[in-house]
Amino acid sequence: MLDRVQLTAILASIGIIVAVIDLMRRGRLREEYSILWLVLAFGMIGLSLSRALLESLAQLTGIFYPPSALFAVAFIGCLALFMHFSVVISRLTQQTVTLAQELALLQQKIGSGEAGSRASAR
Amino acid sequence: MSQGESPTALQEVCRPDTWALSVVGMLQQPQRGGFDAVCIRPRHQGAPLAMRDEGRQKHRSCVLCVVPAYNEAGNIAAVIRDVRAHVPGGDVLVIDDGSADETADVALETGALVCRLPFNLGIGGAVQTGLKFAVRHGYDIAVQVDGDGQHDAAEIAKLLRPILNGEADVVIGSRFLGKVTYRPPLLRRLGMRLFELLNWLAAGQHIRDNTSGFRAYNREAISFLADNYPTHYPEPEAVVMLRRAGFRLKEVHTRMRQRQRGQSSIAPAKAVYYMVRVPLGIFITALRTVGMSRR
Repeated sequence: MLDRVQLTAILASIGIIVAVIDLMRRGRLREEYSILWLVLAFGMIGLSLSRALLESLAQLTGIFYPPSALFAVAFIGCLALFMHFSVVISRLTQQTVTLAQELALLQQKIGSGEAGSRASAR
Repeated sequence: MSQGESPTALQEVCRPDTWALSVVGMLQQPQRGGFDAVCIRPRHQGAPLAMRDEGRQKHRSCVLCVVPAYNEAGNIAAVIRDVRAHVPGGDVLVIDDGSADETADVALETGALVCRLPFNLGIGGAVQTGLKFAVRHGYDIAVQVDGDGQHDAAEIAKLLRPILNGEADVVIGSRFLGKVTYRPPLLRRLGMRLFELLNWLAAGQHIRDNTSGFRAYNREAISFLADNYPTHYPEPEAVVMLRRAGFRLKEVHTRMRQRQRGQSSIAPAKAVYYMVRVPLGIFITALRTVGMSRR
């Protein structure tokens, strides 16, 4: 029989999986950013279903109360996701800088850098 | 030189060792106009534009003065005229770093080349834009001069000399060498001291004034920095990067003026962030393995 906490965790994980797949289907989430989410959600389901697995994990990590291990996994998974986002944002920032520089250089080259063209440069 | 000569012959003429001697002679003469000698290269004036390398456009000089400017409409014209007067053969490129005022228009009216960044990138992104321009248009030397007028263009000759002599790849105009006329406030002085020490450790060379943005670069350093330039508070980090990539740095004493108008890029509120960000940048740069090789 499933504990209440197990049920909650499973439902939450299924919710995440459905949301991720739906976002991908509608083209609003790129595949490369969905993988971490799916890995996290499926991992949560696995741990929620198998009490034995969760208990051995809790034992291994020294977590006294096994369901806490579940939340620990979820929390660490979220941290990994945030880290991933930071990396992605850093890359985007760099790309934006490069684009801005290229734009400025090109504008200079085609001579739109003339006085009074401020409005068009914006 | 006739029109038919190959680009390699042109480049040969531009190599520092072939023109340095005459140029240095000129540099030592105080009168204006001496720098025309730097620009032996513009012999390709004779060739029609289309015959030159793709990237080289109508510029006729081999020294580019990169002037990053953010909301400097009040200072920029004076800075451009000052640089012009002291580097007559050089080109002046103002990088308008997303200013909200008329900086770019004033610069254009004063006759500078202007790149307008679509939004503010910070001093590092602006300087890097100028260095990219220098690479694409084949300049031999780039000089970085702040758009706020704190750098005295009369001192540019001092920055150029070690490069023309082949003694250094990068020359930093220092406020702290020789007769010191610049006394920053206590806290800023402490901060600078800290950077000095950190950079000394990280770079293995004692540079007194790591935060100085008054610098000159030779062609190799330009192309290295065009690809790897730190973004936010870039000067101390750039020193470490350049050293790690094996460039020769030299510091020379330059006079600096008090800021004419406008504000330092480092407002008091940002000072704390600055004090954390810069050492972190230096530390990471010292550990970095990517993008550290000269190409």
